Amino acid sequence: VNIDKDLVAAMATPLVLAILVEGTSYGYAILKRVRELSAGDLEWTDGMLYPLLHRLERMGHVRAEWQASAEGRRRKYYQITDTGRAQLADQRRQWAAANRTLGGLWSVAAEGA
Amino acid sequence: MSVDTLETQIGQWRAAILRGRAVDGTDADELEGHLREQITDLATAGLSGDEAFLIAVKRLGEVDTLTAEFAREHSDRLWKQLATSRPDESGRRSLATMLGFAALAAVLIQVARVLALTPDSAVGLLADPVAPWFLRDLGLFVLPVLAGYFAVVRRMPRRNTLALIAVVAALAVAVNLFPFAPGFGSTEGLVAIHLPVALWFVVGAAYVGGELRSSARRMDFIRFTGEWLIYYALIALGGAVLIGLTVLVLTPIAPDAVEEVVTWVLPSGAAAAVVVAAWLVEAKKSVVENLAPVLTAIFTPLFAVMLFAVAIGYSIAGIGHTFDRDLLTVFDLLLLVVLGLIVYGISARDRSRGAGAMDVIRLVAVAAAIVLDVLVLVSMFARVGEFGFTANRVAALGLNLILLVNLVGTAWLIVRMLVGREPAVRLERWQTGYLSVFAGWVALVVLVVPPIFGFA
Repeated sequence: VNIDKDLVAAMATPLVLAILVEGTSYGYAILKRVRELSAGDLEWTDGMLYPLLHRLERMGHVRAEWQASAEGRRRKYYQITDTGRAQLADQRRQWAAANRTLGGLWSVAAEGA
Repeated sequence: MSVDTLETQIGQWRAAILRGRAVDGTDADELEGHLREQITDLATAGLSGDEAFLIAVKRLGEVDTLTAEFAREHSDRLWKQLATSRPDESGRRSLATMLGFAALAAVLIQVARVLALTPDSAVGLLADPVAPWFLRDLGLFVLPVLAGYFAVVRRMPRRNTLALIAVVAALAVAVNLFPFAPGFGSTEGLVAIHLPVALWFVVGAAYVGGELRSSARRMDFIRFTGEWLIYYALIALGGAVLIGLTVLVLTPIAPDAVEEVVTWVLPSGAAAAVVVAAWLVEAKKSVVENLAPVLTAIFTPLFAVMLFAVAIGYSIAGIGHTFDRDLLTVFDLLLLVVLGLIVYGISARDRSRGAGAMDVIRLVAVAAAIVLDVLVLVSMFARVGEFGFTANRVAALGLNLILLVNLVGTAWLIVRMLVGREPAVRLERWQTGYLSVFAGWVALVVLVVPPIFGFA
């Protein structure tokens, strides 16, 4: 299945925050992780990640820092903050609620079919 | 494909994303890093350099969509771009519009001045006695013109325009219907000081094109105010040199003409410069943009040192004995300048950078300002307790209380920011939100304080 564009936009924030909970990361690696997790269901224009990361930084959900990697590449690393974790927890509750709501209907529909 | 061609292609792509000015240098570094990693990965998977470049660029997204997305997040950068990306023709039209409004301001002030000339008046302007209403209404001849200029340039919707006209009209009618005591008493003086500030908020409403609630647009207005002041000061400096030289050159041949030149040129020039400076801020943004952060970087530490010394000095010496009205005015002016410097510094700070040494310096300045403000307030409460309220004391007391709340909030948020608990955006929101408090207070002083104190 191909996830719809609007849904991708809605998922983007919790997805990125959840990936950063796994550890500090940088843009390219975050996208690789997204592809890995969604197994191609989620189509994302790579460049769009960066304005999102910058917005999260401005809101204080993540902290960013330029660092040189072991191979000598300079990368901007993003680290989740406490407010970022709180935001993620909040979003998680919302998604769970949405899932419950729809799930209730869908199980009925599945039995009917 | 050779390494050189790949490098050229990456260079061209980088130039393309930088062109819209929504993406800045470090963002481009970040995107370029991404592009290079993608190319390396694709090349490892067996693609040729050319193919790898094409696929990597495609995955990053169309340059236009990408820069548009950056512009949405970094609207402050987009704001800078608005004026510069205009084609020439509309640039000329904007110049004509500006000159029209500047001329209007220049004419209005002259008409008012000529009408206000009265031989027997206690107040004077440039050696000519003028009726008190001229000084009281001074802002009304100039600032509504500037607001009108922005309403036209921003193509403000009719409803908003009418609302602004109504506000200006209400202010103008109220202050001119007030039966002020003859001889330019203290309530009239307060109106003369606060009315231009109230009108400046009207200019602000026009400047943000009616988007009053948007914190980002309010920040734009704060930035605009700071840059406008810089441009106005520069124009005033140039104007002073011009008039000074004119006077020197004319004195030998026509000593009588000198005064005429000054009384006609000076008010018109000063009024027109209000509009011209506003236009310059918009049109030549990148000039001051480089200058303003430098100026705040120079003066914030200097003011911090000065405030620190003054705060210690007055803490030891006590403020009670030497305190009089003039000193109070000086203190209020100092606190306002410091707050202006801090707020402007905050507006000019690079959002993508974290808290730094400059924020520590700001904290020192704010803390010293709080000490001074508390000293002033204590002394004022003592005076009020002893002699009761007057219009001037109410205005000063209110201003100092408002400043104190703002400074304490600012200090708290800078501390939170320095320990990394709060993003800089909270500090911006605090200041932009506080604009409403200032506007409300100024309106109160203009409209409510004079009746309470019997227009004395």
